[in-house]
Amino acid sequence: MSEKQPILKIRDLDISFKTDGGNVKAVRGVDLDLHRGETIAIVGESGSGKSVTTKAVMGILAGNGTINNGTIEYTYADLSPERITEVQEKYDGVIPEGYLKPEELKTVDIVKSTPKFIQSEIRGRRIAMVFQDPMTSLDPTMTIGKQVMEAMRFHYNTPKKEAWKRAVRLLELVGITDAEKRMKNYPHQLSGGMRQRVVIAIALSCDPEVLICDEPTTALDVTIQAKILELIKEIQKKKDLSVIYITHDLGVVAKVADYVNVMYAGRIIETGTVNEIFYDPRHPYTWGLLASMPDVDSSDDELYTIPGTPPNMLHEPKGDAFAPRNRFALKIDEKLAPPMFQLTPTHKVASWLAAPEAPKVDMPEDLKKRIDRMKKEADINV
Amino acid sequence: MSERILDVKGLRQYFRISRKFTVKAVDGIDFHIDEGETYGLVGESGSGKSTTGRSIIRLYDPTDGQITFCGRDISGKMSKDDERFLHTNMQMIFQDPMACLNPREKVMDIIAEGLDIHKLYKTEEERKQKVYDMLELVGLSKEHANRYPHQFSGGQRQRIGIARALVMDPQLIIADEAISALDVSIQAQVVNLMKQIQKKYNTAFLFIAHDLSMVKYISDRIGVMHMGHLVETGTTDEIFRNPIHPYTRSLLSAIPEPNPVVEKERISLSYDQKEAGVDYTKGTRHLVEGDHYVLATDEEFDKWTKEAAESPVLS
Repeated sequence: MSEKQPILKIRDLDISFKTDGGNVKAVRGVDLDLHRGETIAIVGESGSGKSVTTKAVMGILAGNGTINNGTIEYTYADLSPERITEVQEKYDGVIPEGYLKPEELKTVDIVKSTPKFIQSEIRGRRIAMVFQDPMTSLDPTMTIGKQVMEAMRFHYNTPKKEAWKRAVRLLELVGITDAEKRMKNYPHQLSGGMRQRVVIAIALSCDPEVLICDEPTTALDVTIQAKILELIKEIQKKKDLSVIYITHDLGVVAKVADYVNVMYAGRIIETGTVNEIFYDPRHPYTWGLLASMPDVDSSDDELYTIPGTPPNMLHEPKGDAFAPRNRFALKIDEKLAPPMFQLTPTHKVASWLAAPEAPKVDMPEDLKKRIDRMKKEADINV
Repeated sequence: MSERILDVKGLRQYFRISRKFTVKAVDGIDFHIDEGETYGLVGESGSGKSTTGRSIIRLYDPTDGQITFCGRDISGKMSKDDERFLHTNMQMIFQDPMACLNPREKVMDIIAEGLDIHKLYKTEEERKQKVYDMLELVGLSKEHANRYPHQFSGGQRQRIGIARALVMDPQLIIADEAISALDVSIQAQVVNLMKQIQKKYNTAFLFIAHDLSMVKYISDRIGVMHMGHLVETGTTDEIFRNPIHPYTRSLLSAIPEPNPVVEKERISLSYDQKEAGVDYTKGTRHLVEGDHYVLATDEEFDKWTKEAAESPVLS
């Protein structure tokens, strides 16, 4: 990872939810770095805390959720209106490193910010989100145009005429033909893929620096999924966006991500570059996730499964949360949660198997074969 | 050749929205399912694959077409006997395991409901035993019978849904997106369970899904649906080795693979029915080889086979 200042820096984040049954520990000490122009993916099962983490960044945790500990530091350029026009005239979206003066960069801790500050300065304006289901995240009673213009009008007070023009340009950018006409359409008049494009256009309407995509393509079929992912990638390049993907589809991760974080029971248990995670996974849970995907080579009778179910986070598990489902669990797993072991500058894993004293354990045979084959296809030295 | 369990001919399912507007959800499809076989039905949302499943089990009344199930005609008006036969021998597993289980009933009563309706037991003991056997078969235990659905996790609930379908000892199970709502690690468990059951009881499955990699793994034969038409059907091997229809080809080219270096360079084929000027209603079934059919006009068929031969889709 570069030495540059990350645009988003999460340290030791700890979030719990109050429920009738007691306190549910949703996130337990998450560290995360996002740099400019990078794409990171957070992978995990439902309930692993991946969505909660990003919701905390957006300041939209549900009412019964509290951040107990940790910081979410967000660094952005705080410019005077004159400087904004100056910069915009000079560069279209992409501002080169070092152009801005250090005193123009401002770092805030989102955890300590007031809801009002987050609403007016951050959410939707600098950090935008694309939700899973385009049918429920769009307002069925408002025209597409109105919804795309809404955020600009709110954040920047853009005059109506100009906002309209910008909205049309945005719809064109996300690949909607006949944009001028579509502005007057209602969501139900569009197909699922089109609707998701509109949601992306809305997210981009205020020129955000960070885009959070929460399962952006789960509701869509594969052909449209591929198109939407390619679209996000293209826009990212154009605007130098940083993107966080939340997904459980490893195929999607392979396609888009630079760095991958695997979450389990509120913790990041493995993190690394996309190649490290897919070609050299170390955590047994990551092995399980990769191996349970069907593959041409997987033996015909049975898919590899991770036995059992995720833990109930009402009772914080003692030791390693994954131990009960882990066929390679060691004795120490029951007593003590593993720390992060550093394998390479970028690759870290939270498993006692990575400790120097641990017995050597190999990944499942099928998975090993598959990874070797994939490496060959990818032309990487085995 | 094994026995043919289900034969669907020219099935049409229209929904009249208003006087002027009718949705043709399923517009004339033909396929068949053999004994002990899994037939995968894939396609985008709105392509009519779920409607097909629901019409076959008669949750809807088909507009037109003939459905033969184990030699009996189950389209049109059914006799009491046929109805009873259909309801005991064909079962369905639904997508959302929370929505399809009655939250006020205990698992015991949920699973035994079909038995109750058709009076398939003599004593209370026998009823209990049948439920216990099913629970065990799907990997749950006896004690679970006295609990309510909300006390289970998503994967367990889906197992209850499977147990409820299996207790009737059906010949055909329609699984409508049965694993889509489950987590990746749980999906594999449920798919393995369905395969085990199939081996043991020789049950046929109609597996409706949009996740192509899972469909490829579980199905013997596949049908690809688009806009209410079955555009291509064949054995899994035939479809994946030699896809002809441009829609199938675009589908296959878009399956993401967990191989980052390859995946980042891959460009998926796109297919736009309007742009390509394909009119499904004009197409007829063309035989490619064996069991492999494509919906096309004569010219389209020639053009597509040539294209397919020139640039095969790797998958």
